[in-house]
Amino acid sequence: MNRNLYDLLGLCIAVSFILALKGLASPKSARRGNLIGAAGATAATVLVFFAPQEIGQSGTATASGHHHTLLILLAILFGVVVGVPAARKIQMTQMPQLVALFNGVGGGAAALVSIVEYLKLGSAASTPDVVATVFTVIVGCVSFAGSVVTFLKLQEIMTTRPVVFAGGRFLIAGTLVGVLASAAWVIHSMGNTSLLVMGLLSLLFGVLFVLPVGGADVPIVISLLNAFTGLTVAASGYVLQATLLIVAGTLVGASGTILTRLMATAMGRSLFGTLFGAFTAKPQAAAAAGEARPVKSGSPDDVAILLNYAQRVVIVPGFGLAVAQAQHTVREMADLLTSKGIDVAYGIHPVAGRMPGHMNVLLAEANVPYEQLVEMDEINPTFPQTDVVLVVGANDVVNPAARTTPGCPIFGMPILDVSQAGNVIFLKRSMRPGFAGIENELLYDPKTTLLFGDAKDSLTKVVSALKNL
Amino acid sequence: MSNGLALLSIFVLSVFIGFEVVSKVSTTLHTPLMSGANAIHGIILIGAITVADRAVNNVQLSLAIVAVVLATINMVGGFVVTDRMLEMFKGKPRKASQTGGEK
Repeated sequence: MNRNLYDLLGLCIAVSFILALKGLASPKSARRGNLIGAAGATAATVLVFFAPQEIGQSGTATASGHHHTLLILLAILFGVVVGVPAARKIQMTQMPQLVALFNGVGGGAAALVSIVEYLKLGSAASTPDVVATVFTVIVGCVSFAGSVVTFLKLQEIMTTRPVVFAGGRFLIAGTLVGVLASAAWVIHSMGNTSLLVMGLLSLLFGVLFVLPVGGADVPIVISLLNAFTGLTVAASGYVLQATLLIVAGTLVGASGTILTRLMATAMGRSLFGTLFGAFTAKPQAAAAAGEARPVKSGSPDDVAILLNYAQRVVIVPGFGLAVAQAQHTVREMADLLTSKGIDVAYGIHPVAGRMPGHMNVLLAEANVPYEQLVEMDEINPTFPQTDVVLVVGANDVVNPAARTTPGCPIFGMPILDVSQAGNVIFLKRSMRPGFAGIENELLYDPKTTLLFGDAKDSLTKVVSALKNL
Repeated sequence: MSNGLALLSIFVLSVFIGFEVVSKVSTTLHTPLMSGANAIHGIILIGAITVADRAVNNVQLSLAIVAVVLATINMVGGFVVTDRMLEMFKGKPRKASQTGGEK
């Protein structure tokens, strides 16, 4: 194929990726955008088999390469057979695991591509090529290993708590120094042993880097690793002189960076504090744990009456709602209230769920109209005019301690200001504190009613009570 | 302009396009954004195919083939799952909008 034509088609494909991301500006155009991106990616895959000879042979690489078209097609087929069913069967609550896994394999693939290109170039590689290769291998391996650990944590194959051991931070720092030293060694010697050592140390660093991160901070880590993989792909695009890879990788890098920053802000913490917080955090004194203070608990009928005579109800969903699979029941209740002329909205905290925007997906799955999903900044000023707030399976995101108790782990995190509302109802399984392990003063507030039990059971009872009113 | 410099220019301009486009993405769609972006970096598949096609020995070939498999999982799986999510966001007619449309 003619080189100019090939490059022109590559440009069209790059544009299709930009359009895919642009489509996400609104739920209406999002699906079409994604399909455009998918079409572009498919076209690129077909096109690469017709690439002009000189592509992918940077430097003085040998031209006597063999063709392995059949083998490659089989490999692609195998990837499709593995990838498509996984993507189709996954439950929406497990989306973060899947994204982490896809992210990891992408990073791993990029690292492998650069390694092969490096092996092929041998001593003919120019210094910029080697530097780009080193970058790809390090970041790709970190992304791969980190994503696998994140997957294991989210899938609860291993503990979701931060894994910290004595001397952990020295081990991490030592590994990082090792990675950098071996990188210098690779650039200097251009040998294969040094590359292998660097790859292994990078994998180790990826594992060590995610181990101390607690389950609640996983949204940040997923976003960060996503950005990493994007940059890896961009760098391997430099090695292979493939413009399309550079554009695509950079777009992903930008999106990962923005999301990482957003998540860190939504938790009121610095990125550094999230990643390395487990090493510096002091064990929380469990002082308040022993004392039993009176709380007001109510029956489903009490809750139904409160809701029935409200004019405006805000539902604050947390991951507990998804765990109990109560999305559909909550939507049923919201529909019932709406039909009684009550104004219903959902207040969505940015970190509700296990990844950025996760709660929106879970509620969309239950057919909640996205117009009812209101972001934190928009919903907060409306709480004084809200009669009832129903908190389902959430705790830390409404905990006033984030404002009032300096020194507690969530201090400074922006919260949903539900204490401004007339009544607050908590649907909880027990008095156990939330993910961050902090007591919530709001539970003892006189205007708070607690409804104990499984979220789905409780909501079902509330719905039938509402129907009888 | 040298080739390296041209690639660098493309990289820098892409950074700006990326930030511009992604900062306009609706908060509601951040999970599909992440999985969609994920699918896009699956385009490393074309890099994997290129190196696999020109591998000169078995070590190179096996590494490259592993890369092809991983990249395919990444790309195909990513687009499929993103489509599944976005389908749920489509504004189809619902009971809720008939009964209480005022807002």
